Amino acid sequence: MSSFWSIWITVLTLGTLVLMYLILRMCLKNFAGVKEGDPTGHSYDGIEELNNPPPKWWSTFFFLTIIWGFGYLLLYPGLGNFQGLLGWKSSNQGVLNLAESKASAEQAKAAGKLVQYDREVAAADEKYGPIFQAYAAQSIETLATDEEALKVGQRLFLQNCSQCHGSDARGTTGFPDLTDDDWLYGGDPKTIKDSIMHGRKANGMMAWSAALGGEQGVKEVAAFVLSLSGRDVDVQAAKAGEAKFAMCAACHGSEGKGSAEMGIALGAPNLTDNIWLYGGSQRAVETSIANGRAGVMPAWQHILGEEKVHVISAYVYSLSQK
Amino acid sequence: MSNKHEKLEKNVGLFFIFTILAISIGGLVEITPLFFQKATTTPVDNLRPYTALELEGRDIYIREGCHVCHSQMIRPFRAETERYGHYSVAGESVWEHPFLWGSKRTGPDLARVGGRYSDDWHRAHLLDPRSVVPESNMPSYRWLAETTLDGELTAKKLETFNFLTRNRSHKDEQGNSIPLYSAEDIATAKKAVKGRTEMDAVIAYLQSLGHALK
Repeated sequence: MSSFWSIWITVLTLGTLVLMYLILRMCLKNFAGVKEGDPTGHSYDGIEELNNPPPKWWSTFFFLTIIWGFGYLLLYPGLGNFQGLLGWKSSNQGVLNLAESKASAEQAKAAGKLVQYDREVAAADEKYGPIFQAYAAQSIETLATDEEALKVGQRLFLQNCSQCHGSDARGTTGFPDLTDDDWLYGGDPKTIKDSIMHGRKANGMMAWSAALGGEQGVKEVAAFVLSLSGRDVDVQAAKAGEAKFAMCAACHGSEGKGSAEMGIALGAPNLTDNIWLYGGSQRAVETSIANGRAGVMPAWQHILGEEKVHVISAYVYSLSQK
Repeated sequence: MSNKHEKLEKNVGLFFIFTILAISIGGLVEITPLFFQKATTTPVDNLRPYTALELEGRDIYIREGCHVCHSQMIRPFRAETERYGHYSVAGESVWEHPFLWGSKRTGPDLARVGGRYSDDWHRAHLLDPRSVVPESNMPSYRWLAETTLDGELTAKKLETFNFLTRNRSHKDEQGNSIPLYSAEDIATAKKAVKGRTEMDAVIAYLQSLGHALK
């Protein structure tokens, strides 16, 4: 802060305190020309105004707040560039990027400065850090059998993942069920962790309406797709759809078992298990084929950090191991 | 003395002037200096202007009163940063007109909501919040998906933001300020939003929130 604004703030703040003191002193004097407790001569509808001073407790507290104000300004930052005798700060302001924020936190720590936020974080790190470190040292498979770790994982899941996958992790239309053993990208511990850390962006099923020759083609392919999971369909339509399914096989595999089965991270679902991410009715499957689908899982590495993701991975892994 | 006070109390004009004087001191001390502070007028390094679509989305966010229930201000408490991410800093808001920090959280803070959910999720959530968050008390915003933007005013909005931020934009090597939006941005603004739904615009805006400090 330039010294002009520093002086501006200091003068106005202290000036106001002094002014308040003087006005209070002034107002407590008896100017009415009548003795305390006597009528002032103002009478309205038979109600008389007496010359009573403000209550003693009230004026005393007013003076005390002014004294308290000076004390506060002495200890805490309030007067322009003056940092206050305690050197207290709420957070590191004026940072222009995350690296600067981190550096100023380190700097304050090294200098022993009282930055409220940094102290809070340091205290929490001290308390919770060792717990997460101990978890990080164990494999996800081991953690998935650790009741305590699973409880921590569940809490984190409820706070961060349930908005899409549901609080029971069973998903909803468009958001995968994590409790079954049907996986778009693979359900082994490492893949689950990868999915959470870096997110997933389905390569995007394109809109096939035009390529399949409009509504009829879409209907036929849908019939064939539904037949893969043993559903009753129009046999003739399914047969016509089978010929067109070659186009779908590039991602879903020639048998329609999905990209995870082939070991490729495309996110193309298995079409033979009667589990439907976007609904399994004839109509829903047709819509998916005609308009395409592209689910996105956000990356959590920078939001939660690896240690927490590790614990969540164990929780998610445990759900399909029951 | 007593007469002087009586003069003040019995003269509305005079009383008005003294009242204004008394209540303006707080603003003069706490607000005015901020207009001249580097920390409150320098954009953070990665700040980028809203795209035309995001800017339209922001206006819809304001129109629908989203800021009435959602704040965009993460305070420096660990409980908040654990949930929402790094606390908000002034440099992120230097191009905000008006700022949408809000003062009440019926719903969660949105200062860094960008990238936390997929576009699909936002669409499902805005159409029917309870389809994804059963306990949510947020209203549905179905009409957003049914209304398309015509983009008639988009270019003007971009120009207005150029004007409003003229002293606080990024600087080139010579120290000249670089306008938020180039002539090309303004020329193509209408095309960028025309025909898109309000839903697209709001989602684009939401996905941009907090991009500068992540």
